Amino acid sequence: MLGYVLRRLLGAIPTLAVIVVLAFLLTRLAPGGPFDEEQALPPEIKANLERAYGLDQPLPVQLGRYVAGLLRGDFGPSFKFKDFTVTELIATGLPVSLKLGLAAVLLAMLVGIPLGVLAAARHNSAVDHAVTGFAVLGIAVPVFVIAPLLALVFGIHLGWLPVAGWTPGTVRDMVLPVVTLALPVIAYIARLTRGSVLEVLRSPFVRAARARGIPGRRVLTRHVLPAALVPVVSYLGPATAAVLTGSLVVETIFGLPGLGRYLVQGALNRDYTLVMGMVIVFAALMIVLNLVVDVLYAWLDPRMRPGRRR
Amino acid sequence: MASAGLWSDAWARLAANRAAMTSAALLVVLTLLALLGPMSSPYAPDAIDWEHMAVPPSLESGHWLGTDRLGRDLFVRTLHGARLSLAVALLATLVSLLIGVTWGAVAGFAGGRTDALMMRAVDVLYALPQVFFVIILTVLFDRSVFLLFVAIGAVGWLTMARVVRGQALALRQREFVEAAVASGAGPVRIVFGHIIPNLMGPVIVYATLMIPQMILVESFLSFLGIGIQEPLASLGNLIADGSAEMETAPWILLVPASCLVLIVFSFNFLGDGLRDALDPRER
Repeated sequence: MLGYVLRRLLGAIPTLAVIVVLAFLLTRLAPGGPFDEEQALPPEIKANLERAYGLDQPLPVQLGRYVAGLLRGDFGPSFKFKDFTVTELIATGLPVSLKLGLAAVLLAMLVGIPLGVLAAARHNSAVDHAVTGFAVLGIAVPVFVIAPLLALVFGIHLGWLPVAGWTPGTVRDMVLPVVTLALPVIAYIARLTRGSVLEVLRSPFVRAARARGIPGRRVLTRHVLPAALVPVVSYLGPATAAVLTGSLVVETIFGLPGLGRYLVQGALNRDYTLVMGMVIVFAALMIVLNLVVDVLYAWLDPRMRPGRRR
Repeated sequence: MASAGLWSDAWARLAANRAAMTSAALLVVLTLLALLGPMSSPYAPDAIDWEHMAVPPSLESGHWLGTDRLGRDLFVRTLHGARLSLAVALLATLVSLLIGVTWGAVAGFAGGRTDALMMRAVDVLYALPQVFFVIILTVLFDRSVFLLFVAIGAVGWLTMARVVRGQALALRQREFVEAAVASGAGPVRIVFGHIIPNLMGPVIVYATLMIPQMILVESFLSFLGIGIQEPLASLGNLIADGSAEMETAPWILLVPASCLVLIVFSFNFLGDGLRDALDPRER
């Protein structure tokens, strides 16, 4: 297993390298530079600024410098947040985004899986229809509609929770953002679990377990659930992608100082280094999370274990 | 395989699916409304009604879905937004169809090392959620609406390429392809003349399911302010506008948001219906 993990980590290096080069080239090809202000800067000052940031060098030299910096953990200076390096912004933003994302994925699993199992166990009952309806709704309503609606109801009308802001260490500020991020994932997981449990319930080994006289609840938790969870685990990769994407909106709406908000501001400001840094961090996060999912998958489903040829 | 029988069977199954047919009808009505509706209204999308600023939906004021804080008619603006959002989505879907189907069909048909290399490229691009690439591309294309469509499409083709490749791999083994090879057809002709026409079923299904995703991507970017910009209206920037005013005037948020949800819903139902109709095995 350790060998497998190491091999996968090594395999991620070329992927990451391609993403770095792509991100670098795309942002550098962009028309307009980070120093285009409403009021045009005098050309000498602009030239000086570009020299200070190394933007006057040919592209390959810039790329080489950037990559050399990356290897030392230096993402370069931010063009618009003038007193910060991108590394510093990542260091402040990453914990916020990670906390939000992990909480959302956990919440989604804790709520989504039981909902799906419940719906499948009571197939075609009112509970089943309610869960299915909720699932359809949750998939169609985007995060940027859920967020203002939740803020309107729980933040403004009921006044239970803060509408925006971030005080380190408080849970109250996280409730609305986490719920917003989790809702679509809950919907998807519930639908997936329901379908998968229904399918497993029909398989012969479940009938065999019933025939041996094992009580229904135990069949459900011990026999059906482990088999039914395999597709749910394989959805965790896309789920984290959805949560990371959603965090762009959620952090912007709720005013949280996470990576997503920096990425959006970087894109609006043409802050090359910031955009690239954030994209690279997000890509690395995705790669690591996908690896975790694959390991979990192998652990759940022996057929998928590495070393066994498919 | 694409005989008249398959398509008429599929049509019969689709016609029996009430949710899918309702959605299709709804989409036709919405599209017509988006195209023609603004003309039926006395208000232009950017006309300011000084007498009625941020009025709630009512019949008396003449703005039966209300106005925004600048006194612009929400009915007209939402329809305009829906039109632009639908246009974005259709164009983006078309672009990703062209790239994805060609890429997948060529990879699947070529097989071997070409296939491995082409699909490896797809894997690399998959490592990052597509929205992140679109964000880089919007920086690149300086927020030109047309290029934005193309950019969204250019990164949305990955799933399509995978689906098509799988199908093409299977089709490659079939007798009619072998017959085409035997009768001296070149690879280009086989891919475009034999493989692609025979995988239209799944392509149609995924295209239908892709449109709502493209609408969501467009709205997402416009909501963040890096997509379609004022004074143009898209569902995304209308929702962004509305969420800024929701404390005092919730309808400015609710009108475009409901429109968006309705469209996304309908496309999803229609796509699911098409999948069941065209591929009854997979449910």
